[in-house]
Amino acid sequence: MRPSAPPSDSLVPDGLRVLNARLAFDARVLFDDISLSLPASSWSCLLGKSGCGKSSLLRMMAGLDVSSNAHLTLVDNSDRPFKQRIAWMGQQDLLLPWRRVIDNVQLGAVMRGEPQDVDRAMALLERVGLGRAARRYPQTLSGGERARVALARTLFEQATLVLMDEPFAALDAITRLDIHAQACELLSDRIVLMVTHDPLEALRLGDQLLVMRGSPARVERVLPPEGNPPRNPATPAMSHHHGELLNALTEQTS
Amino acid sequence: MTRFPCPALLRLILASAVLTGLWQLVILCGVPRYMLPAPLSVMQTLVAQSGLLWHHALITLGEIVAGFLCGTLLGTVTALTLSRWAFLRSTVLPLLLLTQAIPVFAIAPLLVLWFGYGPGSKVVMATLIIYFPIASTCYDGLRQTQPGWLDLATTMGGSAHRQLFYVRLPAALPSLASGLRMAATAAPIGAIIGEWVGSSAGLGYLMLQANGRMQTDLMFAALIVLLAITITLYFTVDRLCRLAMPWQPDRTGRHALINGEIT
Repeated sequence: MRPSAPPSDSLVPDGLRVLNARLAFDARVLFDDISLSLPASSWSCLLGKSGCGKSSLLRMMAGLDVSSNAHLTLVDNSDRPFKQRIAWMGQQDLLLPWRRVIDNVQLGAVMRGEPQDVDRAMALLERVGLGRAARRYPQTLSGGERARVALARTLFEQATLVLMDEPFAALDAITRLDIHAQACELLSDRIVLMVTHDPLEALRLGDQLLVMRGSPARVERVLPPEGNPPRNPATPAMSHHHGELLNALTEQTS
Repeated sequence: MTRFPCPALLRLILASAVLTGLWQLVILCGVPRYMLPAPLSVMQTLVAQSGLLWHHALITLGEIVAGFLCGTLLGTVTALTLSRWAFLRSTVLPLLLLTQAIPVFAIAPLLVLWFGYGPGSKVVMATLIIYFPIASTCYDGLRQTQPGWLDLATTMGGSAHRQLFYVRLPAALPSLASGLRMAATAAPIGAIIGEWVGSSAGLGYLMLQANGRMQTDLMFAALIVLLAITITLYFTVDRLCRLAMPWQPDRTGRHALINGEIT
């Protein structure tokens, strides 16, 4: 991963540009020449059939397991290196069972060898409504509470870019709706890229919907429904969009 | 379904009482005293020879504890080293297996020759006998860290060292704990074997002497003291393991064999 200037049009507005991302295992090209543009303070959802390479693309951007030839340009008001401006949310809440809630929130500081910042961690826990649970162990919390702790931990990172790999997939439908609303508000000043299998989740949260399909995969933009996220999932317009998005996802491309 | 209404210790005493009863029953069937002493005469020996038993028990206990600590330290360090530096695995792992393939009992005379008749060779025996279980359970635990946790730590910028100490090691504690419990029962075997092969003190020595003189009651008394040492060691290790892992729910950290609830 080489976070560097793009080869052309160096005048990028605030946001993230990904240029020419490519991933191939020997002869099998998963995707090639993928370029994305994620505007500042926006939430993008990346959808696609399983195995199309969307998780790989996300992991590539996070600098996990695969190195690539993609150019990543993140323009914001921070001068920290690229790797320190991303926060990761994985497929589970990834809370460490041996660390109390407050210590899970501050994990990033421990990992980088920075002094811990209890006050800020506490303030973040208050913001997700879990100030009273600070001294508890994660396994005493409900699934929804754990997801909120994971959100607080993500906010603690002060990262411009938040990369999510289906972080809410394990939650029940009702809890997920609550978390959506909360995440939408808390992460409104970040660039979020979320991989999801759930079209409704994408329609509820996305400012931008990206559908990945084909072989090698291409990314197509799909217009999101009217209105600002989090959108109410129970409207006729939403079910209309839901149907269209499902068609787009299942359609065969040559 | 009702839970058995008494704590683990009481249950243990109850079980021992039943066993002693059975033992007495066998005696009543007319087994000669020099083959199997009566429970009561063993008790009398325990009291009458308490000074002698205490003297030898302390020596054996010291050997067991020292061996346990050495084996734990060596095993844990080996596991940490193997999981931290991948290139060592291909050379060290086969060697480790090789050492395990040689029965410690077979090299016991050699160890006595090298480390002497004193407690040294017994500590080495106990260390060797628990080294492999500790190293392998700890290494397995370190290897089986949830990949998601490591992804998270990597994106946070955690160095390999910090990931090892703040993520992999705590994640490996439950498996290390089961290795430690195993070691608590295996370390006494090492010490006793060492004493049988060559020594001038310790419970193993005492048992060998008593056996030679047909003092079966003294032999049984020494056996009971050894049993008490092993059980105490086991429960101490079990308690310490649970104290070290306060996040573990009360029942999963326990050993199913002894703390299994009767429902």
